[in-house]
Amino acid sequence: MKIGAILLPLALRASVAEAQATTAEPELTVFAAASLSGAFQEIGGMFERAHPGTRVSFNFAGSQQLATQLEQGATDDLFASADERWMTYAADKGLLAEPPRLFAHNRLVVIVPATNPARIGRLQDLAKRGVKLVIAAEAVPVGAYTRQALGKLAQAPDFSTDFDRRVLANVVSQEENVKAVVTKVQLGEADAGVVYVSDATGSVARHLRAFPIPDAQNVVADYPIAVLNGAKAPKAAADFAELVLAPEGQEVLKRFGLIPAAVQAGMALPAGIR
Amino acid sequence: MMGVALRLAGTLAGGALIVLLGLPLLGLMFRVEPSQLIRRLGEPAVLDALRLSLITSTAAALVVVVLGLPLAYLLAQGPFRGRRLLETLVDLPMVLPPTVAGLALLLAFGRMGLAGRALGFFGISLPFTTLAVVVAQVFMSVPFFVHAARAGFASVDRRYREAAATLRAPEPVVFLRVLVPLSLPSLIAGAGMSWARALGEFGATIIFAGNYPGRTQTMPLGVYVALQQDVEVAVTLSLILVAMSVTLLVGLRLLPGAIPGVPVAGVSGR
Repeated sequence: MKIGAILLPLALRASVAEAQATTAEPELTVFAAASLSGAFQEIGGMFERAHPGTRVSFNFAGSQQLATQLEQGATDDLFASADERWMTYAADKGLLAEPPRLFAHNRLVVIVPATNPARIGRLQDLAKRGVKLVIAAEAVPVGAYTRQALGKLAQAPDFSTDFDRRVLANVVSQEENVKAVVTKVQLGEADAGVVYVSDATGSVARHLRAFPIPDAQNVVADYPIAVLNGAKAPKAAADFAELVLAPEGQEVLKRFGLIPAAVQAGMALPAGIR
Repeated sequence: MMGVALRLAGTLAGGALIVLLGLPLLGLMFRVEPSQLIRRLGEPAVLDALRLSLITSTAAALVVVVLGLPLAYLLAQGPFRGRRLLETLVDLPMVLPPTVAGLALLLAFGRMGLAGRALGFFGISLPFTTLAVVVAQVFMSVPFFVHAARAGFASVDRRYREAAATLRAPEPVVFLRVLVPLSLPSLIAGAGMSWARALGEFGATIIFAGNYPGRTQTMPLGVYVALQQDVEVAVTLSLILVAMSVTLLVGLRLLPGAIPGVPVAGVSGR
């Protein structure tokens, strides 16, 4: 542990030694999807240790909210979205300084409070009458993925064809970002929620029970990152994106339950994103 | 010379504030074409939020008035043990960040909350219901009514009450026949301010009641959500809220026997 704590910053310092030469950019502002908060804060710490003199500050929120804020004139350096929809949106508005790059994937999982008040035993139970389900709003990436996954489940052999309709009828709240869904389930106020696998890790895990969604019906969330037009710290922003894509950054993302970019589609984005 | 400079500085400072307060309203007004606005008014999302907001804020104001009258009466009496504490408790929602209020409500009246468990025993679960919206609104708007009512009661000339007492009118009769009628303008103004605060409630609502169209998505929540999808809907909802607030403030000023300057934060203008 101790050795790691010493070695890791050293290794980092070596890997981004070139970048260290320029410390003229005192502050880097990163707009990142709420689901990235744990991983990015840790990567931010790594970055600050490797770039003395540069402070990283984050704005974590639903990607749809970040995209709107950027459109309304928020001047920031880097945007990491939880889906391609809002990155494309930002690209269409001319907000990006470079083509976005995929840096991670995520999958969905159903969570219930550790006390499991609605006695959910399997995914089918989500359609039981009276289950209080909390999901994200449709505009939030995870909200859109959730609806896709429910649709796929309704086509699966062990599920009724109106599964998605019945589950959606159980929704009691549409939250504005994935962390708000986690909170309502963690506090035991909701019977179940649909979040990213990465949100069911870390310190909240002991308050939750997770029910995996089978691969065939799950949805792969793609996370693109891009430096923004008019960035005040373009160099630091590019370095941060590099760090996220570098093995050290990917390792952190993996530890927080995200899937490294290289595992699925390569590094390039499919057509549709410029 | 000094006087002129001060006057100039004062004018500039005041002018800056007026611009700060006024310009955003103009910004709202010129964002959407009037024809668009009328079309948007008919959208289900707008109508649902409007209906829900009207119902919940009116219910909240009624609850605040009914439960607040005795409390205001109590506070208007002479000093008693614990009055300061009670006053602080009543004032708190006025300065408490609404998000904190929402979390506190969730931890008290949520399913796993202190009182929520007891409610659950009777099969009642508040979070994510329209009732939760009303509870959040009541919580946030209590001080506005209680302050105004208390100031109104305190301003009633003692001699009227003493006269009523010499006629052997029992206390409840004095309260209902003397105090309430004489402080009616304050009561109405307080109720109006409470209603407006309930109408504008956002932070406590989204945390305690969640966000579901037609059930817990009031107009302020609608503005927040629409802002991420359809700015014109957000502007339409905002303009409705502005119109309602302005109407209320103007109405309170035109009230017969109204106080010049609506009593806010218990500072009644008498």
